[in-house]
Amino acid sequence: MSERVLMKGNEALAEAAIAAGCRHFFGYPITPQTEVAAYMAKRMPKVNGVYLQAESEVASINMVLGAAAAGVRVMTSTSSPGVSLMAEGISYIAGSDLPMLIVNVQRGGPGLGGIQPSQADYFQATKSTGHGDFHMIVLAPSTVQEMVDLVAGAFELGDRYRMPTMVLSDGMLGQMMEPVVLPEPIGDELPEKPWAACGHGGNREHNVVNSLYIQPHDLEDLVVERYKRYDEIKKKEQRAEEYLTEDAEIIVVAYGASSRVSRSAVNKAREEGIKAGLIRPITLWPFPENAIGKAADSEKTKKFLTVEMSMGQMVEDVRLAVNGRKPVGFYGRTGGVIPTPGEVYDQIVRLSGGA
Amino acid sequence: MKDLNVLLAGFGGQGVLFTGKVMAYAGLMEGKEISWLPSYGPEMRGGTANCSVCISDRPIGSPLVVTPDVLIAMNLPSLEKFEDSVVPGGLIIVDSSLIDKKVERADVRTVYISASELADKNDLKGSANMIILGKMFRETGFCSEENLLKGIKKSVPARKAELYDTNVRAVRIGMSN
Amino acid sequence: MAKITSKPHALTDKPFHYCPGCTHGIAHRLVAEVIDELGMEDRAVGIASVGCSVFTYEYFSCDMVQAPHGRAPAVGTGVKRARPDSIVFTYQGDGDLAAIGTAETVHAAARGENITSIFINNTIYGMTGGQMAPTTLPGQITQTTPYGRDVGEAGHPLRVCEMLATLDGVALAQRAALNSVKHVNEAKKAIRKAFEYQDEKLGYTIVELLSTCPTNWGLSTEDSLQWLRDKMIPYYPLGVYKDIKEVRK
Repeated sequence: MSERVLMKGNEALAEAAIAAGCRHFFGYPITPQTEVAAYMAKRMPKVNGVYLQAESEVASINMVLGAAAAGVRVMTSTSSPGVSLMAEGISYIAGSDLPMLIVNVQRGGPGLGGIQPSQADYFQATKSTGHGDFHMIVLAPSTVQEMVDLVAGAFELGDRYRMPTMVLSDGMLGQMMEPVVLPEPIGDELPEKPWAACGHGGNREHNVVNSLYIQPHDLEDLVVERYKRYDEIKKKEQRAEEYLTEDAEIIVVAYGASSRVSRSAVNKAREEGIKAGLIRPITLWPFPENAIGKAADSEKTKKFLTVEMSMGQMVEDVRLAVNGRKPVGFYGRTGGVIPTPGEVYDQIVRLSGGA
Repeated sequence: MKDLNVLLAGFGGQGVLFTGKVMAYAGLMEGKEISWLPSYGPEMRGGTANCSVCISDRPIGSPLVVTPDVLIAMNLPSLEKFEDSVVPGGLIIVDSSLIDKKVERADVRTVYISASELADKNDLKGSANMIILGKMFRETGFCSEENLLKGIKKSVPARKAELYDTNVRAVRIGMSN
Repeated sequence: MAKITSKPHALTDKPFHYCPGCTHGIAHRLVAEVIDELGMEDRAVGIASVGCSVFTYEYFSCDMVQAPHGRAPAVGTGVKRARPDSIVFTYQGDGDLAAIGTAETVHAAARGENITSIFINNTIYGMTGGQMAPTTLPGQITQTTPYGRDVGEAGHPLRVCEMLATLDGVALAQRAALNSVKHVNEAKKAIRKAFEYQDEKLGYTIVELLSTCPTNWGLSTEDSLQWLRDKMIPYYPLGVYKDIKEVRK
């Protein structure tokens, strides 16, 4: 299937998940991600898969927990308020070392907020999804094609490190159509999960999938072990795209939808003779601090500008990575408002000391 | 061709999103980079709907069209809301059978077509959107005619294949009016 | 010396942590005996809940998953949908099943999910030290109803089997008690029937077991059994509230 077809981000992502061998989807309708669920409801029965609409996000994430515990490749998708409801389950999933994929098609918040595209769930995704010491791997696509390309990788990373992964999308990427090349479906070669609770068949000791460790030292040992894995992920899995950064004096840092706007702004700045470049984090956790640190070390770099559809969340990680070496500015729109390339361009001009 | 950013706006149910999809597919057949971004919200029918389509030789940055090269206005609120956002030298296409008001700006090109009336007259009720697409094609030449027809074919669901002919007829009316 | 009894195979050798006089141990044993008798251990997956029975995963020899508070029916749904040939049971207390997990319980039942819930109703939150449960009786004193449950303030208890019996997805809803040999034998039959119905994919099955909590009731073991008989059974009558095979007859 090398033909480029037009698909909505939400639907392309769903098809990519099926191609990646996912046969179990549990979810609950919420704008602007509902196309994922609707697509799964249509497709899953045709591939002998399971689509089940739960009674709430609370239930759907726990169905995901059960299916993941039973050892199958499983996912759910939701939008911001739904992730809040799933926070409990995600914490348990992380605490039970289970792989699963959750897609957040972000909308404006807090509260019921709005339904337009937003990036205000960065903190929630990367730092405080639920209670306790844990992380998810968080991947941030910026095109419909990348929605597709990151999905298979998300399942693989989850299986390899036995942890939840999130694709952090937004209403723009979910709703928009772009040409996309869908991947070939994988065969039956999913990784073995000898730890799964699926009936011991009389062949082994019983498996227990659990996040309760009542003795503090036991729990500490386990969490410390898990953080060693996190350290390995930080070393090996950081990903970012660099665009015109080689000679850039102003480096814009933006992910997802706002990186598209920023790319347009960078192009305009280049046309006007301003040396601007873009670092686009693809992994939000682990945060690509190496790429940003390298740019901060470069003598050419004068300033950073973080652009987000939020009041400023990722900018804190950018500042940590830059670590005082260069000034880091911020520009954001929130509530579902998408910044325009013109607005971002104006910020680049301002930072470059121009008009 | 330079970048072409199109904003289509009207009432829900007028086929604004479908028209945008045909346009996007035609651009894709042309070998261009394209994006299609709908407005979305609680209003399914009768509310306002609009759709951004970008066609370019380069990867599309922001898919949200805020300063359109081409505005297609299929109702009065859309014209009033977006008239000022069109780039100087841009094009506004107005369904004059639904909108009495004239475009006030002098620095844009305006084309009036009584699309809804033409649709009714030709027994193509509900195809005003495709008549306007034909007009827009004639005015901009954003793709070849062959690719426009391919775009229609790609956009019509297989189970409603009979709609292809209807849509092609409507587009041709738009081209010649 | 001849061995006349032993632990069921479906129980591990781990000693129970339950308080003296608590009937969790009986319930565990009954479930394990049924699993043994039906030869289901190989494909059984138990879902432990939150509360006193949280460590259930250490006591059953089959595969086990520990669920968040109240979510066992959703977790069980996930396991069952992933492994349709497994035998899935949840083991939940009253706070878990009938308060925080009401939605998950009702909807698993309404879907006719082929899982079995073992529902321990002892009218109190045990693990947190004796607070009001959704099943706490009117007038009953608990840590959070120190003057007795005032139904005008705290609302009325939930009768779970009666409620679930109205749902089309339910294959078996039966209430039994663990206070006498006769009742324990009835309870075991009910549990066995529930597992059999699940295996026949007839729908959701629930067996409610009226149980004791001497520690939090502030009663001796013997008085607890008496209290169960005199106070609980009149409010929560024993019996079959729905049996899909009886309905069909």
